[in-house]
Amino acid sequence: MNSNLSLLEVKNLNVSINENQILRNFNLTINKGEIHAIMGPNGSGKSTFSKVLAGHPAYTILNGDIFFKGSSILELEPDQRSHLGIFLAFQYPIEIPGVSNEDFLRLAYNSKQKFYNKPEVDPIEFLTIINEKLEFVNMSSLFLSRNVNEGFSGGEKKRNEILQMILLDSELAILDETDSGLDIDALKTISTGINNFMNSSKSILLITHYQRLLDYIKPTYVHVMQDGKIIKTGSSELAIELEVKGYEWLK
Amino acid sequence: MINQSNKILNTNITKLVNKTYAYGFSTDIEKDIITKGLSEQTVRLISKKKQEPAFLLEFRLKAYKRWKQMSEPEWGYLKFPQINYQDIIYYSAPKSQKKLKDLNEVDPELLQTFEKLGISLTEQKRLANVAVDAVFDSVSIGTTFKDELSQYGIIFSSISEAISNSPRLIQKYLGSVVPIGDNYFSALNSAVFTDGSFCYIPQDIICPLDLSTYFRINDQNSGQFERTLIVTEKNSQVNYLEGCTAPQYDTNQLHAAIVELIVFENASIKYSTVQNWYSGNEYGEGGIYNFVTKRGLCAGTGSKIAWTQVETGSAITWKYPSCILMGDNTQGEFYSVALTNNYQQADTGTKMIHIGTNSRSRIISKGISAGKSKNSYRGFVNILNKAYGTRNYSQCDSLLIGHSSNANTFPFISVQNSTTKIEHEASTSKIGEEQIFYFLQRGIEIEKAIELIISGFCREIFTELPLEFAAEADNLLTLKLEGSVG
Repeated sequence: MNSNLSLLEVKNLNVSINENQILRNFNLTINKGEIHAIMGPNGSGKSTFSKVLAGHPAYTILNGDIFFKGSSILELEPDQRSHLGIFLAFQYPIEIPGVSNEDFLRLAYNSKQKFYNKPEVDPIEFLTIINEKLEFVNMSSLFLSRNVNEGFSGGEKKRNEILQMILLDSELAILDETDSGLDIDALKTISTGINNFMNSSKSILLITHYQRLLDYIKPTYVHVMQDGKIIKTGSSELAIELEVKGYEWLK
Repeated sequence: MINQSNKILNTNITKLVNKTYAYGFSTDIEKDIITKGLSEQTVRLISKKKQEPAFLLEFRLKAYKRWKQMSEPEWGYLKFPQINYQDIIYYSAPKSQKKLKDLNEVDPELLQTFEKLGISLTEQKRLANVAVDAVFDSVSIGTTFKDELSQYGIIFSSISEAISNSPRLIQKYLGSVVPIGDNYFSALNSAVFTDGSFCYIPQDIICPLDLSTYFRINDQNSGQFERTLIVTEKNSQVNYLEGCTAPQYDTNQLHAAIVELIVFENASIKYSTVQNWYSGNEYGEGGIYNFVTKRGLCAGTGSKIAWTQVETGSAITWKYPSCILMGDNTQGEFYSVALTNNYQQADTGTKMIHIGTNSRSRIISKGISAGKSKNSYRGFVNILNKAYGTRNYSQCDSLLIGHSSNANTFPFISVQNSTTKIEHEASTSKIGEEQIFYFLQRGIEIEKAIELIISGFCREIFTELPLEFAAEADNLLTLKLEGSVG
């Protein structure tokens, strides 16, 4: 393994929530420039894994370790992990009443600027930055003055997540079922956004139930997860096979 | 390995809502104090010290007799030890040798106290667009812009001054909206009130300045019983602001105030309060017991009253700013943010009494409870049988922080005719792990996250506050929940 290229290394990770073990001896390495897709039946631990990477406080790490850019991140708070370059696009983005999307996005952007000792931008400068990114996800600027995710349609919420991903330009983007609940046009828009974001110094982890997203975003590897661990890894062909056969044959 | 981050998250929230009180200092000053306890003698003594006309002494004695027959109301969702009314000092005033002619003669120590509180009374530094009446313990120590306002025929002074200068107005209106025997605390206040503010806006005058009263309790053992009376004649308008703070003591002080508003035809009063009495420490020791009766009468056609309150202080808050919508086409509004933390208890809300036809009322209440606090909304919308075509809209939202706080909503609605439209909405939400996690994942630190969630939650109310106050309210929440709004 070439550690210069590896962005994320998960080693023998065991995780539980409320005394229930969800991840068991989970191992995964993601290198820069790679797109990994994790598929698997409901309850196999896919979403848990994405939240554990981002540092969700509800989960207990029993043993194992997570290395990001070569160092362990287990002791880091979620906001520190975010600054380091881990982004999670949520399956169910949270609504925040009374807080405008623009303020929220600017605060997130400036928090990262501050962390890297870069100058924070004022609201006018920020408008220039954000308007440019809005085009990538095909959203109107009217959407900035609305409250964060409040009254957004399912598609708008997901596009908002991708917008944040592009804005923060994180190195590792974890997309938790970003494709679910989207119509075909929204799926195309989002895929274009994701493909624009991707380059050789970044990585993407896609968590999905459906092969159709993979028509637009071609994964380097496809993993099948079951009972808290990866039971099979293959190329993008594996996703097509799964679409036809389901998961039963792997057991 | 234990679940560390979860713990960190919880301690962070606790730390955040436990900011120290910045106004907890006390002023050492020579005082004129009467002995503890309440009797007919005390009432007579207060009246004598204030050299009041006979009608007022009678008013006080009548109130005292009523009070003795009454008992403390017990229907509030509040728990506190029995108040010993004989253990309270009912009159405490800074000692001054002679009668003050203007603010330049006020004890510099007092001016400094208000300066420290952000209220400047001196010529050079006073707020340019707000006239202030500053009340320290039992007396008003000064009113700014009095002469400028009098050019418009506006009377703005301490109520003591008004009693001697405009006795007829006082006799006519005092107790006309909140009768002596309205409740236990109004009777007590009517018997022993020591000062407060009076404001009279004549016909067709739109008050050119915002008027403001700043209440400061200083003495450890004295109660504060102030009275505010505002009368707006036909087609007049005024914006009124009220602020309050108190030093930090480990004993409880009693504050029982009355505010009466009288609004005639097409006139309006917008009354805003930022209440930040000392709320007690994190173990629930000390703090102000705040029992306040605020009521406005929309007497004339088309008159309007809007109450806006930001309640963040006091160990106990018992307060229901109300509107009697007597005239036709009158309007009553109530906007409230109540933030409780530690062991604070708030039972607050409003009453809207619809008597006139086509009268309208609007209630928006936001309660935020943290720590082990209890925060209740209590409202009464009463539509009488001749109040045809009336409308009421009520919205009560509660936000819980942490696992041990408590939020309640007690809305009472009584409708006696069939042409009324009533809407009531209520919601309870919790600043949950998921919401905070969302902010954190985007790199926004926890302090900012909580602050943003809270200011978002209160936005509808803050936009109702006058500019100077919106900033103060923001500061207040900032004080309790440090950081700055991004």
